[in-house]
Amino acid sequence: MQLTVWTYEGPPHVGAMRIATAMKGLHFVLHAPQGDTYADLLFTMIERRDARPPVTYTTFQARDLGGDTAELFKNAAREAYERFQPEAMIVGASCTAELIQDDPAGLARALKLPIPVIPLDLPSYQKKENWGASETFYQLVRTFAPKIEGAPVRTLGPRPRCNILGPTALGFRHRDDVVEVKRLLASLGVDVNVTAPLEARPSDLARLADADFNVVLYPEIADVAARWLERIHGQKIVRTVPIGQNATKDFINEIAALTGIDPTPILNDADARLPWWSRSVDSNYLTGKRAFIFGDATHAIAAARVASEELGFEVVGLGTYAREFARDVRAAAEKLGLTALITDDYLEVEKAIAELQPELVLGTQMERHIAKRLGIGCAVISAPAHVQDYPARFSPQMGFEGANVLFDTWVHPLVMGLEEHLLAMFREDFEFNDAAGPSHLAAHQPAPTPIAAPAESDITWSKEAEAELEKIPFFVRGKARRNAERFATEQGLAIIQIETLYDAKSHYAR
Amino acid sequence: MTPATPNTGCDSDAAPVLRERGQREVFCGLTGIVWLHRKIQDAFFLVVGSRTCAHLIQSAAGVMVFAEPRFATAIMEEKDLAGLADANEELDRVVDRLLERRPDIKLLFLVGSCPSEVIKLDLSRAAQRLSTKHQPNVRVLNYSGSGIETTFTQGEDACLAALVPEAPSAGEDALPSLLIVGALPDVVEDQFARLFAELGIGPVAFFPPRRSGQIPAVGPNTRMLIAQPFLGDTARALEARGAKRLPALFPFGAEGTTHWLKAAADAWDVPEMDFRRVVAPHRERAKRALARSKEVLDGRSIFFFPDSQLEPPLARFLAEELGMRPIEIGTPYLNRDLLSEEMKRIPEGAQLSEGQHVDKQLDRCRDARPDLVVCGLGLANPLEAEGMTTKWSIELVFSPVHGFDQAGDLAALFARPFARRSVLRV
Repeated sequence: MQLTVWTYEGPPHVGAMRIATAMKGLHFVLHAPQGDTYADLLFTMIERRDARPPVTYTTFQARDLGGDTAELFKNAAREAYERFQPEAMIVGASCTAELIQDDPAGLARALKLPIPVIPLDLPSYQKKENWGASETFYQLVRTFAPKIEGAPVRTLGPRPRCNILGPTALGFRHRDDVVEVKRLLASLGVDVNVTAPLEARPSDLARLADADFNVVLYPEIADVAARWLERIHGQKIVRTVPIGQNATKDFINEIAALTGIDPTPILNDADARLPWWSRSVDSNYLTGKRAFIFGDATHAIAAARVASEELGFEVVGLGTYAREFARDVRAAAEKLGLTALITDDYLEVEKAIAELQPELVLGTQMERHIAKRLGIGCAVISAPAHVQDYPARFSPQMGFEGANVLFDTWVHPLVMGLEEHLLAMFREDFEFNDAAGPSHLAAHQPAPTPIAAPAESDITWSKEAEAELEKIPFFVRGKARRNAERFATEQGLAIIQIETLYDAKSHYAR
Repeated sequence: MTPATPNTGCDSDAAPVLRERGQREVFCGLTGIVWLHRKIQDAFFLVVGSRTCAHLIQSAAGVMVFAEPRFATAIMEEKDLAGLADANEELDRVVDRLLERRPDIKLLFLVGSCPSEVIKLDLSRAAQRLSTKHQPNVRVLNYSGSGIETTFTQGEDACLAALVPEAPSAGEDALPSLLIVGALPDVVEDQFARLFAELGIGPVAFFPPRRSGQIPAVGPNTRMLIAQPFLGDTARALEARGAKRLPALFPFGAEGTTHWLKAAADAWDVPEMDFRRVVAPHRERAKRALARSKEVLDGRSIFFFPDSQLEPPLARFLAEELGMRPIEIGTPYLNRDLLSEEMKRIPEGAQLSEGQHVDKQLDRCRDARPDLVVCGLGLANPLEAEGMTTKWSIELVFSPVHGFDQAGDLAALFARPFARRSVLRV
């Protein structure tokens, strides 16, 4: 048993729903008790979809358990077929139905529906949402794009073609990423054969083999399917995820190398503003801002690179809840001299942030809760996300425009350059003091409680030093406290005086 | 607790009830935790369930709740399914960790879920064991909020029923007292308390209390007014302790609130003149507050999808006081005992329906083209996209709607979707 306050991922059948809802012409019949229909609101409310997800729930109750829940399933599947007339159907069980072992796969087969029915095995007590999405997509791809013996081997034509794999319903900015990546590919002269699962039909999946290579935007969703396509159809995989200025260039270069296209004309895209925005003197104050990063593997790894290389932040923590991709995140963390935090326990992440006292948190909706409580600026970079992270405006994370978006959204929560100085100079101003937060963020109210000292510290602060510490603006106060305590420990001092504070400041000056 | 046996056709004392089964677009009882954990301030709710349960609560609540929650889920994993002995050990470990983190907790509810019920994890024994272990600091109780047994608001019913045995006993010689049953917003409780004081009715206590140490005593001289129509099990548990229920309409709108207060006034032999003198100004204020919404709502048709069991009393309020025309009144479960007074006033021409087959009900709704559809969060946007005007039903359990001074607010909740339609030019 795992004590969970918030969970980063839903159960695997929610992952299957993300695939079904992304696609057209596919229906999902889910053996599930009353109440599991809550998952509909993820799509209709959080993502503001204007149609119900294509899911039929069998809705069994306690009184059905002694009776015939299997019959209930068969009726639901039959009715769903008649009412919705899908091209194909997926069937599976939610956590409770898994326990009663009705075998939706066998029951669906017995119905002999005149469409492909793909059974899903979604072990709810072992796996989670992203795994469920990945498995569902893989099973669909296997079913609709099988190896055909004797099929002619595709040869590279004058215009290379690729598939875009991975975007789903309820994905973090997937809708806009697809637009931006398609734009990049078009400017390179690469045609897009199929984009899946988002907006694809089962019949589109049958055309997957008719492309030269696959672009995997979200490995959490599409890596397994892409590997299978590589094995069966010999399609190469483009693995660079184009989040950030540099990764976008790497992405272009990777495709160029694969296709023989000359990338130079589009490498210096005029709309790529991040480099100049970051170099302009106003951005000097961004240097060394301490950022804590947590999310799914794709976005966390990308964010770490953008933060350190392209914005000049100091990444003080990096982690993911996606255990399946722990190795990649560990490697990215090591490059930054960090140990990755691999956990799906919200309480552990909360503890890490409280201890590290970053100036900026780049995380999920859960880290936003934490950052808000600790009075730290925060930008959301990864699912799970809240309704306001499904914006109306075009707001991709990928490509050159995506890099522009990252610059804006990550810098926004920070106190701006000159304001930082003014706050330090005139600390007693009744309107513009650090307790009021960054002046351009009316809603931002830092937590009334000061950031607590690390629990393991047995160093005491003199009254004067404590008072002096309070004079340091809130957004660096945590760091000053840490530095002073670390310095005192190293110097073997039991009490921190005013002088220790300034000694430490000079010691760690950067 | 489980909704009544399938279809018996029609009702003897009222319009025929349409009973359906099929896919239900409703929450399970776990969702009640979202408001209960704010009501009882030193209680904590630990769901013993799956990742789905945790995901449900945070998604249902995630739309609204940002504060540090006083609820969590003990998520069962593969190894917990292997043996119940291990599951119990694991549960003890989780509870230890939780209580260590939140020493302010005085009352802990272990909340059963679909998976814990199916594997027959005995949470009442676990609660006893943990109560003994953590006494006197923490009391541990249990109830089921599982979807196989409870629909949405029935979770509150199960929770309060589990709290009833904790109430101290009031003996035969205790003074007559009034118990208000059902979780109400604090502001509404305070209003009712003032009204009862003005009427000379008392002592008055509220159940559940705001703190777990303040559970009111119950005995044969306890009279109770039920504030929510979904509290059938709680009412029965209190009756078993000797309490007598005062049948009444539910306190929605000026009429419902008057009727509800009158039931208590009669039990306390408050003279008719006194009752009118005290109630009239409040009642008039409520009616004035309704006037504006009535201009918008009068003559409009309304269709209720089942959600909270509040549907029959709300339909009565909307029909009698605002001139609306209910077409279908869907409820997950028709609680005939508690609705005895309401059933006499089901608006003419309205179809009562119990249970749900959501696709068939959507067909009926599209055929009827009602002016307003009351439905859950999963259906609202899709129906809006089809051109219908909708009202989220969840708001009806998440905002102060009881009593005289909320009557106008309650009506406004139904008027707002029309107002929005009329101001938008996009």
